Amino acid sequence: MSMRTPLGMVRGLGSARDGTHHWWMQRVTAISNIPLIIFLIAFVISHLGASRAEVVASVANPFVAILLALTMISVLWHMRLGLQVVIEDYVHGHGTRLAALLANSFFTAALGVAALYAILKMSFGL
Amino acid sequence: MAELKKAERPLSPHLQIYRPMLTMMMSIFHRATGVALYAGVVLMVWWLTAAATSDEYFNIVQGVFGHWFGRLVLFGFTWALVHHAVGGLRHLLWDTGRGFDLPLVEVMAKATVGLSVVITILLWVIGYGVMS
Repeated sequence: MSMRTPLGMVRGLGSARDGTHHWWMQRVTAISNIPLIIFLIAFVISHLGASRAEVVASVANPFVAILLALTMISVLWHMRLGLQVVIEDYVHGHGTRLAALLANSFFTAALGVAALYAILKMSFGL
Repeated sequence: MAELKKAERPLSPHLQIYRPMLTMMMSIFHRATGVALYAGVVLMVWWLTAAATSDEYFNIVQGVFGHWFGRLVLFGFTWALVHHAVGGLRHLLWDTGRGFDLPLVEVMAKATVGLSVVITILLWVIGYGVMS
């Protein structure tokens, strides 16, 4: 049994100095994913069989571009946090775990920048 | 010295011998679909970058996704996405401290499977309707 007070236990945000930030951001992005994924599914379905010119013309609309960008940010953030937990659960070697965690962060960041670059390029005109 | 008594406390489940339960499989499946969606998002970004690059490249990617195997992968992607989303709603409910009643948990698990299959098929029916 801990003799520490509840206040004492939350001060300093635990051993990782991160508190519940990871858990909370997983929920925040889960909630933002809901409307954004509905938008994404509608966007994809309405462009099935569309030519590249039609896709580019749609993304030229600022609302579509901004919603697409928000979707990619929210989804990539959520999946980075999710895979981080999977890695922490199953990858036990100290070095390989660190490498996997770094690869997860770098890969999702690269995907995000690539997606945003593509969206902005289409939106601002090719 | 007294005889050492064998521990009868509940031990952590060994997955090889533990009787599979629906809620346990759903938990595993939620994580598995999450990992699968990682690959799905890579495909999504691939499609976006192709659309931003050139007609030729876009047509190649469209050809891959239009192939029967590409469509099979996209169908799996859709199901994983819908399943993870519907399952995620359960998790958000549990996060509020509600919905831990065991019969309700069972019903929600079954509803997640049923809803995810129905929504996925519905989306593909709409998709094929849009294309034809």
